Amino acid sequence: MGPNLLINYGESVAMILFGIGFGNLLLQTNLIKKIIGLNIMDTAIYLFLAEKGYIAGRVAPIVTDGVQSMEAYINPIPSGLVLTGIVVSVSVSALMLALTIRLYRRYHTLDLDEISKQLKKEGL
Amino acid sequence: MDFVQNFPCISIILCLFAGIISSGLKDKAAMWLNAALLTVNTLLSAFTLTYTLSIGHPFVYVMGKFPAPWGNEIRAGAPEALMALFFCVIMLLSLFGGRHKIVEEVEEDKTYLYYVLTDLLLSSLLALVYTNDMFTAYVFVEINTIAACGLIMIRQNGRTIEAAVRYMIMSLLGSGMLLLGLCMLYDLTGHLLMSNMQESVALLVANGEYEIPLIVSIVLISVGLCIKSALFPFHAWLPDAYGYSTVSSAAILSSLVSKGYIFLLIKIIYRVIGFDIYRDTRIIDILFVFGLMGMIFGSLSAIRENDVRRMIAYSSVAQIGYIYMGFGMGTQVGMVASIFHILSHAATKSLLFIAAIGLTDVSGGSRKFIELTGSGYRNKWAGIAFTVGSLSMVGIPLFSGFISKLLFSQAAVQNHSKMLPALIVLGISTVLNAIYFMKTVIRIYTPIGQTAYPSVTIKDMQVYAVVLVAFIILNVVLGISSQPVVDIIQQGLATFA
Repeated sequence: MGPNLLINYGESVAMILFGIGFGNLLLQTNLIKKIIGLNIMDTAIYLFLAEKGYIAGRVAPIVTDGVQSMEAYINPIPSGLVLTGIVVSVSVSALMLALTIRLYRRYHTLDLDEISKQLKKEGL
Repeated sequence: MDFVQNFPCISIILCLFAGIISSGLKDKAAMWLNAALLTVNTLLSAFTLTYTLSIGHPFVYVMGKFPAPWGNEIRAGAPEALMALFFCVIMLLSLFGGRHKIVEEVEEDKTYLYYVLTDLLLSSLLALVYTNDMFTAYVFVEINTIAACGLIMIRQNGRTIEAAVRYMIMSLLGSGMLLLGLCMLYDLTGHLLMSNMQESVALLVANGEYEIPLIVSIVLISVGLCIKSALFPFHAWLPDAYGYSTVSSAAILSSLVSKGYIFLLIKIIYRVIGFDIYRDTRIIDILFVFGLMGMIFGSLSAIRENDVRRMIAYSSVAQIGYIYMGFGMGTQVGMVASIFHILSHAATKSLLFIAAIGLTDVSGGSRKFIELTGSGYRNKWAGIAFTVGSLSMVGIPLFSGFISKLLFSQAAVQNHSKMLPALIVLGISTVLNAIYFMKTVIRIYTPIGQTAYPSVTIKDMQVYAVVLVAFIILNVVLGISSQPVVDIIQQGLATFA
């Protein structure tokens, strides 16, 4: 398994980044740091996809010199998936940021535990 | 191709367009558009259901006429159409039942946004039910999450925003894992359509190739969807989200949103990975254990709760545990029980939420048990409905909950190694259910001499009473004539494989 990790270093890095992002999103109490974690996590998946779609020595599937052989081009589907995924993650980040602004205006803190404490005090 | 085959696609597109149009409408118009949309979708799903039953096999609708393996597909069989029909009916009833609270609790001139969100939520639910493409499923999972988050936070107070943030965080962790698992599975198989993926997975297993990556991707997908559907250790966001949002949102979230994810997981188990391969990975044992723990701890938390809405929310945790316990049996019978419980729980839990709001309304808006004393007399319809819902949850014959408990026990008896823990926990959980639901029913029917709160009569709440009666009928029909539904599920699962 060891040598495989070195050969596929792109995928290995993607997995490590996924772990970092996942941990941050789960464990940080600061909302902004959580959102940063979310973005690291999503980006790691896109890196993984891009890395998987790339085939060494081939070019992007845009016909320029009249070469129509499939052997000359990389697989375009992962790139398409990455684009779709980016759209999704942008909208989710925007929603999270909007929620964070709402909470900050109300409680003047970004700490989720602190907000929970204040909510308990309000006794709603 | 028969014209009916267009219906699943049309219903999804209709929802999306209705959402877009509603964003430019006034509150009342958006409400009626939403009601019309739900009615039309109910009819379309009913037609699809009768059509698939008459031809006897599922059909595949090719989007844009690009053939597999390149194009995107919709696949509709009897269980999918049944699920879609059920989702539309329950959403319609939940929205009508909580209409007066939406008007009250959502800012004025903003209620049209509520209907935009429900339209989009319905589109994503239908897409999750019908789609045959994994990446489409992922995209609609995210749409579902965003719409559900909007439904929680549209009632503006600190609690709901905090609940929405917690919900989003857990959901995003789940969808991150789902996406990663899905990408790995795509890399292993080279396909995104479910049927093509299944062929490739079967080939991989037969050749013994890529054993570990396959298991990792299966685990990631399963855990991701478990987190999103609030299986026991991941339920921390649930009581606040269900307890403080406006009542229609709570009913829709508990009975539809989490069920959509579970149905997607069922589809993945059968149509992508293959039931036998999934069973052999042993992840079902983990689902089984967490399902059992959810059944007990969810009920224990519900007993401790002093707030009727949060109590019902915790009861949802226990019921999700039942569904995953059915998964964990690793048999066809267990799966049938789980799918039936999805329907029965959806019908019962939305009834309970809608009935509880009627009881709290005649108790000065307080949700504490002490204030609820005697509220069953002040709002008779809500009292009866709540009693029916409680009896169904506990599993009294005549109601749908009894049939699902019966199916679960039958499934347990057929699985020798898991029979004892499953039956014991089923028994304990039923007793615990009875404790907290009967406690509430006795409380609302405890006579109280003098009360500051006025009673309501049928004239004040005609729509509400009709909705409650419809819910009760739904429950009793599921409980008395369950055999046709179970037959549809059984035949459908056979065509899934």
